[in-house]
Amino acid sequence: MASVTEPHRRAPQRRDPAPSRLAYRLHRMWLRPLWRRLVRLGLPAFLLAMVVGLWLSDEHRRAALNEGIAGLVDKVQSRDEFMVRMMTIEGASPAVDKALRAMLPVDLPASSFDIDLTALRLQVMALDAVETVELRIRPGGILSAQVTERVPALLWRHTRGIDILDAGGHRVASVTSRDMRGDLPLIAGQGADLAAPEAMELIDAAGPILPRLRGLVRRGERRWDIVLDRGQRIMLPEEGGLLAFQRLLARYREDDLLGRDVAAVDLRDPSQIVIRLGIDAQNTIRAARGLPLLAADGSLLPDDQQPGGDKAKDRG
Amino acid sequence: MSDLYQMQRTMRNLRRAALQRGVIGILDIGTSKIACLVLTFDGSGVSREADGVGPMAGQANFRVIGSATTRARGMRGGEIEVMAETERAVRTVVAAAQKMAGVRVDHVIACLSGGRPASYGLAGEITLASGKVTEQDVASVLAACDAPDFGRDREVLHAQPVNFAVDHRSGLGDPRDHSGNRLACDMHVLTVDADVIGNLAHCIRRCDLELAGIASAAYTSGRASLVEDEQELGAACVDLGGGGTSVSIFVKKHMIFADSVPIGGNLITQDISHGLRLPWATAERLKTLNGGVEATGRDDRDLIEVGGQTGDWEADRRTVSRADVIGVMRPRVEEVLESVREILDAAGFEHMPSQQIVLTGGGSQIPGLDGLAARILGPQVRHGRPLRIDGLPHQMTDPSFSSAIGLALFAAHPQDEWWDFEMPVSSYPARSLKRAYRWFRNNW
Repeated sequence: MASVTEPHRRAPQRRDPAPSRLAYRLHRMWLRPLWRRLVRLGLPAFLLAMVVGLWLSDEHRRAALNEGIAGLVDKVQSRDEFMVRMMTIEGASPAVDKALRAMLPVDLPASSFDIDLTALRLQVMALDAVETVELRIRPGGILSAQVTERVPALLWRHTRGIDILDAGGHRVASVTSRDMRGDLPLIAGQGADLAAPEAMELIDAAGPILPRLRGLVRRGERRWDIVLDRGQRIMLPEEGGLLAFQRLLARYREDDLLGRDVAAVDLRDPSQIVIRLGIDAQNTIRAARGLPLLAADGSLLPDDQQPGGDKAKDRG
Repeated sequence: MSDLYQMQRTMRNLRRAALQRGVIGILDIGTSKIACLVLTFDGSGVSREADGVGPMAGQANFRVIGSATTRARGMRGGEIEVMAETERAVRTVVAAAQKMAGVRVDHVIACLSGGRPASYGLAGEITLASGKVTEQDVASVLAACDAPDFGRDREVLHAQPVNFAVDHRSGLGDPRDHSGNRLACDMHVLTVDADVIGNLAHCIRRCDLELAGIASAAYTSGRASLVEDEQELGAACVDLGGGGTSVSIFVKKHMIFADSVPIGGNLITQDISHGLRLPWATAERLKTLNGGVEATGRDDRDLIEVGGQTGDWEADRRTVSRADVIGVMRPRVEEVLESVREILDAAGFEHMPSQQIVLTGGGSQIPGLDGLAARILGPQVRHGRPLRIDGLPHQMTDPSFSSAIGLALFAAHPQDEWWDFEMPVSSYPARSLKRAYRWFRNNW
């Protein structure tokens, strides 16, 4: 049996489902996009700005706020976990060690927020003696610096003094005289530091004549002269200097070319080797040919100093 | 009729502005329920094949984004009886639809089912001066239609040119640029009580809405529930509403006749309430759940507990059989259909090429109605559901919403009305200017 009974319990006063005129108008106003944006964003923003502005309009409150923020930041930064108590430096000579400690901008113990590791590293890298440095703050409040120093490899004599260079040609330190570092080979000439790797190769290749090597001279910022004792000089070409030098050493090892009285070996032209003889050798040849002898500066000796000058006179 | 002309043109401009803004509201104020749809016009013209709704012959340029329906209040017979109550109901439904749509509705189009509609067929004829039909001639022939005396306080709701004839060629939809000597037109004019329209406009204005158009409910439900072929070949749409039954006849895609019977579903409920001595709400529930027009033997045994709150046990445990309900309902439904028959006869429906009758509206859902209607109205009777439109919720697709949906179609694609044409030149004060211009053109 079907039933069409009404729900039994019915509220005596049924609420009117129609919105009141005010609610209807407000709802329609709320549906305007501009109005909605104004109420949702503009009003809160305005209220917030007004409250903050009113509060900040007082001088004392502003100062108190600044102080409070600064104090809070300070409190966090100076917590025990962030404090750096000591500095360890590894791989540095005493002079570098001292300089590094002097460079640290703050006195230890200090907060790690006050130590700008990047800036400090750049500052340390500005030291010539330091090749690389690794700075880090280790747990336990240790500022650790791992320093790799430059290895002195060359002495460079130039117009302003003598510098120690590493194998790459970078300045390490200055010395006042050659004798302070007698163990290092010497190079000279303008622009020699830029070609330091080449100089190192040449010195390594000089094996048998190393004891006689006095140094290398950079000529015209483009090629090397090898200077031996007794004023001997090997002039290398601009390109392939090492190869030419090795070839010279190999070719003349037996006949001891460089042990003879040779003033200079000119390798600049790859097609030929030009040898300039010393004065004694020239004089020996000249004597054998019956020519007048030469003085040390290349001019002819006066007759009274000529050995066997009477003999020549006899012949004439 | 010039003030009406101005009012209709104002509404037309408002509607155009609303279409440009892209949002328009549809308000169907009926006797038993008020429905509001919020339409958005995206203007793309691209149809979205969604939910089985096809392109619909170019009607897919709008979409329903908000819809609400509520019980009508303060209405009787399709007219406003208590203005404040109706206003509350409109506020309820508009607020709900706006809330669903999320946009504000400023312009609404409303439809009117009451107001004693009366339709007139007018004819006009002019001689063509230039031997060719121009826009001005169309306006002149519409103005030349001899209007009868509509009576006091009657307002023209629709004035649609239905047919144009140039010389002996009739049945032209658009006579412009046709050559000929004589232009004749037929116009269908629908008038309603002016006070009813005024009340409706006032009620809508009190809800802070702008009335951007007004249409007859008979016309809109015909547009929604008749398919295109029926509109072309000729059909009648019978909208069985709560407060009245409206009839509209369409042929060649124009409404040529509309009328209404002031008997509707509310009267059937009232009959049940009186005849079975039941409260109104129970009678309404009984009608919708157990109503019908064809009684069978089983209906005598189908007893329905009607209940009650009187406190009298005998009265509260009363039962009625379904046959009782049908016995009360059937004479009233027959009366409605007989009245519709009379209207159709008066309109000359039997001379139409096709005599399709479409039943729509909430009352058409009575079980067995099509059999009864076929016996009274004619053999070609069918139930009409409104056209599917994009975005409409499923519960609003039943026949009782056909006038609301037809109103949406009307908003998207209004038919030409008399006031869409320019006023004839003869009533222009600027005529002398034009003559001066012509003199200049001829002499220089």
